[in-house]
Amino acid sequence: MAFAKENTVDAIRVENLVKTFDGFTAVDSISFTVGEGELFGLLGPNGAGKTTTINMLSTLLRPTSGRAAVAGYDVAVDRDDVRKSIGVVFQEPALDSRLTGRENLEFHTMMYGIEKAERRRRIDEVLALVELTDKAGALVEKYSGGMKRRLEIARGLTHRPKVLFLDEPTLGLDAQTRRHIWEYIRNLNKEAGMTIILTTHYMEEADFLCGRVAIMDHGKFVALDTPVRLKDTLGGDVVSLELEGDAAAFLEDLGRQEWIKRSKFHQDVLSLTMEKGERRIPELVMLAREKGVAVNCVNLRKPSLEDVFLHFTGRTIREQEANQSERNRAMMMGHRRRRP
Amino acid sequence: MTIHWTAVYVLWRREMIRFVRAKSRIIGSLAMPVFFLAFLGLGFRRMPVPGMGGGTGYIGFLAPGIIGMTLLFSSSMQGMSVLWDKEFGFLKEIMVAPVSRVSLVLGRIAGGTTTSMLQGLLIFGASLVLGFRLPGAGALAFGLVFMLLIAFTFIGLGLVFASRMKDMQGFSVVMNFIIFPIFFLSGALTPLDNFPWVIRALSYADPLTYGVDGLRAVMIGTSMLPAAVDLAVMTGFALIMLFLGTYFFERTEGV
Repeated sequence: MAFAKENTVDAIRVENLVKTFDGFTAVDSISFTVGEGELFGLLGPNGAGKTTTINMLSTLLRPTSGRAAVAGYDVAVDRDDVRKSIGVVFQEPALDSRLTGRENLEFHTMMYGIEKAERRRRIDEVLALVELTDKAGALVEKYSGGMKRRLEIARGLTHRPKVLFLDEPTLGLDAQTRRHIWEYIRNLNKEAGMTIILTTHYMEEADFLCGRVAIMDHGKFVALDTPVRLKDTLGGDVVSLELEGDAAAFLEDLGRQEWIKRSKFHQDVLSLTMEKGERRIPELVMLAREKGVAVNCVNLRKPSLEDVFLHFTGRTIREQEANQSERNRAMMMGHRRRRP
Repeated sequence: MTIHWTAVYVLWRREMIRFVRAKSRIIGSLAMPVFFLAFLGLGFRRMPVPGMGGGTGYIGFLAPGIIGMTLLFSSSMQGMSVLWDKEFGFLKEIMVAPVSRVSLVLGRIAGGTTTSMLQGLLIFGASLVLGFRLPGAGALAFGLVFMLLIAFTFIGLGLVFASRMKDMQGFSVVMNFIIFPIFFLSGALTPLDNFPWVIRALSYADPLTYGVDGLRAVMIGTSMLPAAVDLAVMTGFALIMLFLGTYFFERTEGV
């Protein structure tokens, strides 16, 4: 069909994709495209529908309705062609712990039909890339969490996919390993030009890595743009001043300043939203002194994607997570899948 | 639908590597049939078996039954191995691979059959130690045919259950309420003649009844039914169960 073939430029093309489980809508009519060579992020709390989206794009789940194409192939129709074009690093480990690291990679490369000599070469190459050459002969059950993750990323690369899906690539890893994996991911995208779609509920991860980010909540996209522009929608930095004395005159004066986009005065703390906050602080302090108000403390905060999430959903991602885990528990009772 | 033989091979090889590495598990799973053989076989050594031709000691009656039992348990465990992969995430790695679903099923069947047959042969060896004797060398060859058919039938059954289930918990229910009755109804331990007719009717619906009876026919020369009938019925069961196992496994979703 025309849909599957004409858009070869788009690595991914999704139209009104829906997935429901027993009446629960996990993914609620999302549409987006990802260009070739993009590093695209799906950001949202657990249970927002990110993994379900990845599972549909990687042919593990059939969409309830809507369409999706990966590398030009329809995920519901040309399933084997999609499978040939993608690499997937799943959220939960998908390794055989009773095999060695190398055996896991051999299994994978043979499943993908890579010839013997080439197989050996690529396995050595990816093992070196993730610095597991020394541990390749050890059983995976002896690996640490970080090593397993690295092995899985290595595995996802052995068959040189056009599109790589990373589902929460750094979940549960320590800060150092996380940095390490971020570097790999970034290099893969920059140097090898691989299209990468990653899901995360870490704001700083999406911010650091992704060219564009879709914020997902309750199965829907609430925003989609570059991290910079998403943050810009909030109107700039937040400068907080802790005041002492009668602030009425000062506040009145500030009300006339056009560069202040929003202001909030709560328990002696004045929060002002503005662009380039660091340049305005001296001016603010001087103005306060003129109006006879003492400034005890100044705080400048650049907006993060956390603020963006708060702005679009009215909740922080952590609050969201707390609610969601209760919902998940309820779902589990209803016999959906169980996970330790 | 194309068959990717490399994928079949690599799935089979994985099963072999795991089998060789899981020595304690194999010893554990062989302990029960060996105990059955040793304690029942020796304990009832001098008992004549009702309904069996003269000269057939209980060990002769029991050994084919216990071989059948070993195959029943080890083959249905192939279903457990699918659920194990589901539990530990490896099933996703398999399901996302660009190979036909038939290749995946064939790889499973090949691996399961090999490990089951190896376990069946180990029990056969144990029964030789305990005094079981074959009438001739050809008996083993015919015995292998029945062993293979038993393995196919219950691998198919295991795949059906594994495809319909979410996790491993459910499988212990299957073991207790389906696999054990299949074992007891098959006449592996006792002749069917003494069962009340209701139970005997159930026994005749049990594939393992024909498997064990066929094994007896070729290995000790006495059986309820002619070997050809057992062979025909077992072949039918094996084909149906393999078909159903493939059908359901192909339709299972990866997560």
